[in-house]
Amino acid sequence: MVAALALSAQTSLNSLSSVVNVLAPEKVVAKRNTTQNLDFTVQVKSGFHVNSTTPTDEYLIPLRLTFADGAVQVADIVFPKPKMQTFEFATKPMSVYEGDVHTTAKLKVPATAPAGLQTVVGKLRYQACNDRMCLPPRTLEIKVPVEIRN
Amino acid sequence: MTRRAFRAACFVAVAFLMAGCATQESSAAQKDLKARKPAPPFTLRDADGRNVSLSDYKGKVVLLNFWATWCGPCKIEIPWFVEFEQKYKDRGFAVLGIAMDDEGWEVVKPYLTKTKVNYRILVGNDKIAADYGGVDSLPTSFVIDKTGQIAGTHVGLVSKSEYENQIVQLLGGGGAGAKRSD
Repeated sequence: MVAALALSAQTSLNSLSSVVNVLAPEKVVAKRNTTQNLDFTVQVKSGFHVNSTTPTDEYLIPLRLTFADGAVQVADIVFPKPKMQTFEFATKPMSVYEGDVHTTAKLKVPATAPAGLQTVVGKLRYQACNDRMCLPPRTLEIKVPVEIRN
Repeated sequence: MTRRAFRAACFVAVAFLMAGCATQESSAAQKDLKARKPAPPFTLRDADGRNVSLSDYKGKVVLLNFWATWCGPCKIEIPWFVEFEQKYKDRGFAVLGIAMDDEGWEVVKPYLTKTKVNYRILVGNDKIAADYGGVDSLPTSFVIDKTGQIAGTHVGLVSKSEYENQIVQLLGGGGAGAKRSD
């Protein structure tokens, strides 16, 4: 029975490792000297929340989505308005995201970008909790293939 | 047996059953002696840069609490632990807080200045987390008995009384009679 309990505890801890997922475009086709929207969805597992980009406490770890500069740039990242949620463990409402978080960004392809396939690499830094426990801050890598045409 | 005697006997039987249940509930999270494993040894630095080892607490009951400044549920427990440290330190009890902030003392020290914690805080690392089973979420606490064995493990926020009953039992006070203060 002790072994079964240990297995159950380990199973539940393993399932905590994937409470946030990011849906990104599978592939983008873009012309030189253009700007287009990129849509991302940050999926937060039911029962969990992540701090927003502007948390209410200085010690909380904010949500951050950043992209490395390369042949193309991803900028003007816009997150939706966060939820002000009250939790038992907090003395004041917290600025958080739950569920699916639809985010947009601008893909800027300069006139001098080389034709062919580029990969835009981004990082989503987040820190998730439920009403009883918090998971360590994590960084998810996001890769978006971009085919640049003339 | 008269009806009155029968009712009295039933009352006594129910009272014993309820006491038994309460005892089981308060010690449910506490491991039997045979099931306990030794708490992994460690040496970490405190806020003054001094080395602190688990072995320094030999013979004491220790509440080893993994927490972080970014962990809301952890901060609910801290005032409880401050109270336990004050209440039970003279009976051979100590709280040891292991801060798991990546930035280490840079963020933990200012937090402690504001929060007035009366027990020792050390900054943890990947090794101690791995030695203690991974510490995949916070708060995670281990209650270590006087012989250095892990008597209880708590993952996530639990009730104050669950900790206190366990501490009192390990100090030799008996869990069922412990004052519930949550």
